[in-house]
Amino acid sequence: MLFAWLILGTFGAAAVAPWLYRRAGARAGWLLAAWPLLVVAAAVGRLVRPGCPAEAAGWDWAPTLGLRVGLYVDGLSLLMILLVAGIGALVLVYGGGYLKGDARLGRFYAQTLLFMGAMLGVSTAGDLISLFVFWELTSIASFLLIGFHHADAGTRSAARQALLVTGGGGLALLAGSLLLGLAGGSFEIVQLAGAAASIRSHGHYGAILILVVLGAATKSAQAPFHFWLPGAMAAPTPVSAYLHSATMVKAGVFLLARLAPVLGGTAEWHYLLTLLGVTTMLLGALMALGQTDLKRLLAYSTVSMLGLLVLLLGLDTTMAVEAALVILLVHSLYKGALFMVAGAVDHETGTRNVQDLGGLFRCMPVTAVAAGLAALSMSGFPPLLGYIGKELLYEAKLQAPGVGWLILGAGVLANALNVAVALTVGIRPFLGRPKRPRAPVHEAPPALLTGPVLLAVLGLVFGLMPGMLAGPVIAPAAAAVHAQATQIELKLWHGVNAVLLLSLATMAVGAGLFAMRKRVRRLGERLALTVPFTPSRIYGQLLEGLMDLAKDQTRILQHGRLRGYIFTVLAGAVAATAWGAWGYIQWTRPDRLAPVSPVAVVVGMLVVAAALAAVRAASRLGAVLALGGVGFGVSLLYMVYGAPDLAITQLLVETLTMILFVLVLRRLPRLREFSASRQRLRDGCIAAAVGITMTGLVWQALQVQLGPAISEFYARSSVPLAFGRNVVNVILVDFRALDTLGEITVLAVAALGAVYLLQRRRPPQEGPP
Amino acid sequence: MNSVILRGAARILVPLQLAGALGLLVRGHNDPGGGFIAGLVAAGAFTLLALAEGVAAAQRWLRVAPGTLTGVGLLLALGSGLPALVLGRPYLSGLWSGEWAGGVRLGTPLIFDAGVFLVVLGVGVSIVFALMEE
Repeated sequence: MLFAWLILGTFGAAAVAPWLYRRAGARAGWLLAAWPLLVVAAAVGRLVRPGCPAEAAGWDWAPTLGLRVGLYVDGLSLLMILLVAGIGALVLVYGGGYLKGDARLGRFYAQTLLFMGAMLGVSTAGDLISLFVFWELTSIASFLLIGFHHADAGTRSAARQALLVTGGGGLALLAGSLLLGLAGGSFEIVQLAGAAASIRSHGHYGAILILVVLGAATKSAQAPFHFWLPGAMAAPTPVSAYLHSATMVKAGVFLLARLAPVLGGTAEWHYLLTLLGVTTMLLGALMALGQTDLKRLLAYSTVSMLGLLVLLLGLDTTMAVEAALVILLVHSLYKGALFMVAGAVDHETGTRNVQDLGGLFRCMPVTAVAAGLAALSMSGFPPLLGYIGKELLYEAKLQAPGVGWLILGAGVLANALNVAVALTVGIRPFLGRPKRPRAPVHEAPPALLTGPVLLAVLGLVFGLMPGMLAGPVIAPAAAAVHAQATQIELKLWHGVNAVLLLSLATMAVGAGLFAMRKRVRRLGERLALTVPFTPSRIYGQLLEGLMDLAKDQTRILQHGRLRGYIFTVLAGAVAATAWGAWGYIQWTRPDRLAPVSPVAVVVGMLVVAAALAAVRAASRLGAVLALGGVGFGVSLLYMVYGAPDLAITQLLVETLTMILFVLVLRRLPRLREFSASRQRLRDGCIAAAVGITMTGLVWQALQVQLGPAISEFYARSSVPLAFGRNVVNVILVDFRALDTLGEITVLAVAALGAVYLLQRRRPPQEGPP
Repeated sequence: MNSVILRGAARILVPLQLAGALGLLVRGHNDPGGGFIAGLVAAGAFTLLALAEGVAAAQRWLRVAPGTLTGVGLLLALGSGLPALVLGRPYLSGLWSGEWAGGVRLGTPLIFDAGVFLVVLGVGVSIVFALMEE
């Protein structure tokens, strides 16, 4: 299956990207962009095929769990693939220019391609489980990309915030997917769509809907989770252009569109999404008011547009879905272009503050033209694609059942505010007189121009020839969302009607807001101050609370007193064992006891004497020696009862332990403080309890025969199956080799820890010793 | 610790201990011994050497860093399970050669045992060296 290879290839490209950057240097971005262009070509090739049939494939992942990795490519997937790979290619080129000379550019390429692969996976996932895996992978890649400048504490916290919010939503999505799989009897989206009727009437439907929408809302920055998106502007601008306008934030919208045939069409779907969408749309637009940073302006307007997309999916009419898909595309084109313009301006002038920018047209004419085209498209100015999007949008809202007028009013307001944002970002910095004269500003280099110019021009071309999009791209996608074929017609001119008047009104109000932008900005700033508690502040408090909880529990459990640890471990073990097993232990003499040899009696008495000596010892060395006596005595007992391997091991461990003890003892002060008698009493009680419990357990183990003894199997099979007469060794390295592997791994890790702790106490040394 | 007697004893004992460790490793499959015990004996040998001649001398004798021994050992043990996977049998299944003269067989569990030996040796030596270096 072609697209599976293309996705794998994207991950492969991510793996070789750093190496390629070291070899090819500045040209690496252009070379790497060839791969996503290949993906675009494959998608276009599929789209121009008549009828654009959906294609499905699957591979077993864990058959015992019924898990499969499924691939499903239909019109909706192809639209997303075009966006992800197409804009991804431009971002690779753009990033090469933007981060030129940065030693970590190779890492940028790798992470961007990793993200691209994950996003392609989300777009083509045929089942909920693969969808979830790729979904989480986009969160992780986004975390890495936002935190690109990780030396900065603010950047780190922004990256963590984005990860926690989208990751938390991912958990909700996982729960929702599992419930959906239970309700629908399958994880495969096609089969779920087939069972849609029974899922919608299922008792879990409400929970499924809320969990899935939670996942989509966190990813697509819906209120009240919108705050991570403006925070994520700490990322380098190419990342913002890619993840935070064109692709990742659209994943939530994509998820809703993908599951619309499964979950959509109900009153709950309609009201939940409409409410969420309208709130987000207005909130984003209003919060954009007080901003002066180019990227933050764009981020808030993106939040607003994401709200609009969710709203349209909630309206759930043919027209609304069509509008949503067109806007999904057009928004990626103009917002990607404007982000790249903002980055180019920042790159050339050193500032992103709109108050410090002006008159750049003379120095950066190409950038200015791209910015102007994108801004006009964003404002819905004919003949750009944005105009067609806005017409469709108003038509859908006019047709919407129920509370149409309210939604329409909110829509006009939000759009007018977005027009003002478009003019502020895309037009204002290039007109007027240059502000704050400083070093002469130059036009951006080709790498920074290719992306915005191409995206802006595409907005114009598609606007003039909407037929290029309608049939081949939008119609198959709409068919996928509606689960039936639809005819799509996109036109520039519809005649004079209500929609046209609404468009004109929007532009007029937007231009008016732009003209009064200073007053509007002050209003926005005051508005932001009046809100008593914002989601981002709640997030901050929750995070702080979590940290405090972690600190408290660490202080209680990990107090650092060795004695306390031993006390907890021993008392806990005895209590748990006693609670579970006390009633079962029979203190009768087992009949399988070996005869007690006189030698064993003597050795046993020596062990007891050594233990008593250890307790009574007045110096550390004495105590250690006495403990060693206990150990040697026990290994003698092993010898007496015919377990030479055990005896040798115990003997060697005792020897090494003794040496280690002596090495440590050199550093310790003499024993001066002895425990008070109450503590001694307590310790004595615990010691006695441990001894009695262990004896009881061993005693009991001899009497209980649960099944045929495994030791007989080992003894019997050791030579024929494993060609070894030493049963202990055969068990260790063959029969139970996996256990041993685990044990030696633990041993190695423990040694790493011990060596690190010992070395840390020494002052750092110059160079290797 | 600078003791002529200890150094003299170490010069004789350490090679014996190391030879003994190797013997224990080789014979472990049929008689008492094995990678774990052999590793402990070898670690003891290097500990004695470090006590008698100093950590630096013991480190020179060992040639590689103790951590490397641990890592190589883990890799050996991990890798010894792979041939079984290639043949479509469960990971870590023992694979054996046919019987040679004198009833000797070679198999992947012996590689695994060698891995255990190196891990135990590396862990023991690295802790002892770290403690004594201070």
